[in-house]
Amino acid sequence: MAELVRRPIDAAALAREAARPDCGAIALFLGTSRDHHQGRRVTGLAYEAYEPMALRALEGIERRTPERFEVATCRIVHRLGDVPLAEASVAVVVAAAHRGPAFDACRWAMDELKRAVPIWKKEFFAEGGEAWVEGRPLA
Amino acid sequence: MRITVLFFAQARERAGRPSLALELPDGSRVADARAAIARRYPALEALWPHLALAVDGVLVSGDATLHTDAELALLPPVSGG
Repeated sequence: MAELVRRPIDAAALAREAARPDCGAIALFLGTSRDHHQGRRVTGLAYEAYEPMALRALEGIERRTPERFEVATCRIVHRLGDVPLAEASVAVVVAAAHRGPAFDACRWAMDELKRAVPIWKKEFFAEGGEAWVEGRPLA
Repeated sequence: MRITVLFFAQARERAGRPSLALELPDGSRVADARAAIARRYPALEALWPHLALAVDGVLVSGDATLHTDAELALLPPVSGG
């Protein structure tokens, strides 16, 4: 079940919840807030979403991932609002019998998220000012 | 008919508001709504070529029809993750 949250993402809890006896691999990707972008120092990020559409898009990725890869489950959590440096803005968790498909599926799900989910990221700069990150047109 | 327009990210900042109730003639299409919004918010001009449009959460083209209480969202290029 995909989630949009306005609090820190508990990665350990997500990994724990993904564990199941028929799976020997859990791939957990965390996207974390970085202090630089294209040569500028960044002091923090903020995210906004078209929430109902974003949730449906994330649930679609969760559903399609086990159809495309030999994995049991995929779960995605994205944080909204302010995200302090080094904290996770997104988590993708995939459970599978074996690690190969788990890694592949985790990467694919994250790429899909960046391509097709109405979420926007704004950066705040150390020298002052802020800017929306140049994104990809939805299609 | 009346629809709700939702502005996100750059579109929200350029319009200066997150949403708008827009009155349109019955039978209006997305392109008609777009023209009405463009007249009202010239600050959106540079953004239009980059915007995707969704009606009730589904991406649409300009010739899609609108209905009363439709939610038309202006979606700039996305940058989640």
